[in-house]
Amino acid sequence: MHLLSQPRWGKNTGHSIKHAVFFTLRLSSATITQKIMTVKHFISITILLFFCLFCTKSKDPHFYDERGTPAYGDTIITASIGEPSNLIPILATDSPSHEVASFIYNGLVKYDKNLRIVGNLAESWEVSKDNLTITFKLRRDVKWHDGVPFTAHDVMFTYKLITDPKTPTAYAGDFLLVKEARVIDDYTFRITYSKPFAPGLISWSTAILPKHLLEGKDITNSPLSRKPVGTGPYKFYEWIPGERVVLTANGEYFEGRPYINRYIMRVIPDSATMFLELKRYGIDMMGLTPIQAVRQTDYPAFKREFNKFRYLSFGYVYLGYNLKHPFFKDKRVRQAISYAINKKEIIDGILLGQGVEADGPYKPDMWAYNGNVKKYPYDRQKAKALLSEAGFKMGQDNILYKGGIPFEFTILVNQGNDVRIKCAELIQKRLSEIGIKVKIRVIEWASFINEFIDKRDFEAVILGWSIPHDPDIFDIWHSSKQGKKELNFISFENKEVDELLVKARHTLDIEERKRCYFRIQEILAEEQPYTFLFVPYANVAIHKRFKGIEPAPAGIMYDFIKWYVPEKQMRYIQ
Amino acid sequence: MVCAGKTDEVYPVMVRYLLKRLILMIPMLLGITIISFVVIHLTPGEPGVIEAEMNPKVTKEVRERIRAYYGLDKPLHIQYYMWLKRIVKLDFGISFASDRRPVIEKIKERIPITVSINLISMLLIFIIGIPIGIYCAKHKDTTIDKALTAFVFAGYAAPTFWLALLLMMFFGVYLEWLPISGLKSFNFNEMSFFEKIMDVAGHLILPIFISAFGGLAGISRYMKSSLLEVLRQEYIITAYAKGLPEDVVLKKHALRNALLPVITIIGLSVPGLIGGSVIFESIFSIPGMGQLFYMSVMARDYPTIMGILVIGAFLTLLGNLLSDILYAVADPRIRIG
Repeated sequence: MHLLSQPRWGKNTGHSIKHAVFFTLRLSSATITQKIMTVKHFISITILLFFCLFCTKSKDPHFYDERGTPAYGDTIITASIGEPSNLIPILATDSPSHEVASFIYNGLVKYDKNLRIVGNLAESWEVSKDNLTITFKLRRDVKWHDGVPFTAHDVMFTYKLITDPKTPTAYAGDFLLVKEARVIDDYTFRITYSKPFAPGLISWSTAILPKHLLEGKDITNSPLSRKPVGTGPYKFYEWIPGERVVLTANGEYFEGRPYINRYIMRVIPDSATMFLELKRYGIDMMGLTPIQAVRQTDYPAFKREFNKFRYLSFGYVYLGYNLKHPFFKDKRVRQAISYAINKKEIIDGILLGQGVEADGPYKPDMWAYNGNVKKYPYDRQKAKALLSEAGFKMGQDNILYKGGIPFEFTILVNQGNDVRIKCAELIQKRLSEIGIKVKIRVIEWASFINEFIDKRDFEAVILGWSIPHDPDIFDIWHSSKQGKKELNFISFENKEVDELLVKARHTLDIEERKRCYFRIQEILAEEQPYTFLFVPYANVAIHKRFKGIEPAPAGIMYDFIKWYVPEKQMRYIQ
Repeated sequence: MVCAGKTDEVYPVMVRYLLKRLILMIPMLLGITIISFVVIHLTPGEPGVIEAEMNPKVTKEVRERIRAYYGLDKPLHIQYYMWLKRIVKLDFGISFASDRRPVIEKIKERIPITVSINLISMLLIFIIGIPIGIYCAKHKDTTIDKALTAFVFAGYAAPTFWLALLLMMFFGVYLEWLPISGLKSFNFNEMSFFEKIMDVAGHLILPIFISAFGGLAGISRYMKSSLLEVLRQEYIITAYAKGLPEDVVLKKHALRNALLPVITIIGLSVPGLIGGSVIFESIFSIPGMGQLFYMSVMARDYPTIMGILVIGAFLTLLGNLLSDILYAVADPRIRIG
């Protein structure tokens, strides 16, 4: 430890790695001059090495506070529970693959930080008067990572590939609605739909693939799955199976070279281990659970080294009712349960405050969100009144009865999701107070879906939906979507909602869409087919040396290429 | 009876025996594969789309397309027949996971890691466990015997993940002596040879300690009880009676016989060499077979699951055969059965 006091080591320039390399350089020159290294020497040097490897840590609490100026260099290390499976994004359904691919590929369009659609590979686009045709003008300054220029033919190729029945992709749905796609010239691409399709434009944010490397080859067997070539801000460098994927900055990126030189995604399958790695500075960035965010990172050493960012995540958790159930058919029963559930208690107790109450299928910072709908504050009296109005009478055993049948039901929850299981327990307690007996059943995910949801064999479920950036929620709420494997599994049927969903889907006028979705939210709030519980916050810890991070409705990653580390604070040499 | 025949009489017997055993393995393997094939196909969920479950973008047509692509729309016995046809040519097929890589490649990538870790820890277990067992037998019921017993059972009883996390917190986060997870540092490629060795060794200390610690109990108890058994025999008393020193009695007469059951364990641990523990590998982020198997099961990646099961089953049968042979080599009484 005393080594620290020596000026050479005590410079406080941050971290171990630089020191270690410096030391090894000295070590090798020393060995050359001395030639003979006694065992004693060896041991002492090893000990020294250990000390300088592990004991030089910046102790100045304000070291990282200086914002500095943007500079090129350094590495960001992130971690993922699962390993990416396939870096051709249309073939992958797992989030690690898409996360890595998002650095490598571009779409024609993308969302900006406020979730508005802006051009990416497309410089601009034009929508025809009848809303059927979109003409994309493409950027002319884009090159694939191997130097070949990007053109409209690549877009055409990607479109054909996705819609090819031989391609095992999960994302063909939106593209099968395209009636005609045409390459006008090298930098103009036009698509025509048979009906105006509102989510159509953003579906072109799909990763465009290189025609010159994939054409005429079996996509499922392409080396690009593991060695991708894209147009994005980072180039593929290496993938060590089961360990990590490494990307390096694309110096010729059309939006400017990213400041951070290397991006590494480590595969750490255990979340407890990942958290220890974060504390040990083995990774620079990690999403935190509520308890990690609120309690386990609340100590000076952590605060000295990490910033925590918080934004509303794109998802909500709900209690869904099987609307075919004789009791749940009655709107008043569902409303009563919503009144009887204390959402605030769920957020404070289970999420430790890391969430906001949900009252509809959108999150409050989206343009489609309507905050002005019927709310269901915790109110036991109202709940009881509604239930007695619906014909329920309190029995001897403190359970409500209707027509001699006790009000009992089972909430299904999927295994491994602690938050939802605890929610079910709180709901169970609150409902027992108004005379409803709730059982909880925890089931493994695959059987949960296949045996219960798909067979409609449930009374109530606690589940979550991710909230799409585009507000189209046709698949979840339209009455036609009740078939096997379809998503309106609670059997929700409402004529007005059906019409509004179709209307909103087939107009490109944003004000018109807004009116539709506002009305839909009012109806859903009144009907309470779900009791919307909460929208959780995403908490992310990022090492303090990274500057320029600004949480927005879109999250934090939207301008990753502008993140930087001031030169003095850089930690990794490359 | 003992070694009565000349060697050239013994070998044909051995060879015939071996052949018989090897041929008997075929129906066994077949049975194992049929049962595993049926069981994994009976589990709810299907490959490919399982991650996309409840994803609005995955339409019904797409789902059907994917099923047909994987051949899942055919009846089960045809699927099995197709699989069997490939496996007899040692073709393990292509993974259903979205990486679409040959199964054999995925296994090949992970086997060396798992096997070497298991080999080192097994070696450690034998090197440490056997002396502990011998010591405990020799000094039965002393305080040290009891302390050692408590120690090995503590290792057996402590949950891996708990102990691992504690050690990681202590040596990794608190003392900062050892790396927490993974096999190599991220800048491994830029290291010198000596640093590389140090790096890998540093990464391996905790995982190997954890996996060896848990295995000590079994082997040392086996050793102890079998040695005690032998020490009770009359020929040991005879050996003592004729005035041999304790060392010689122990080494020359007792140990040789007491080691026999241990040989069985060696044979039985052969299949364990390729099987990794999911918990242990996940905690230390070691890309080994346990994780591969677990992930394949979760993704219903049938070809990979079957591939691993077939190799595992084959090694189990081989291990049994091996321990029988070793037995015969070590103990002449068993040689002609």
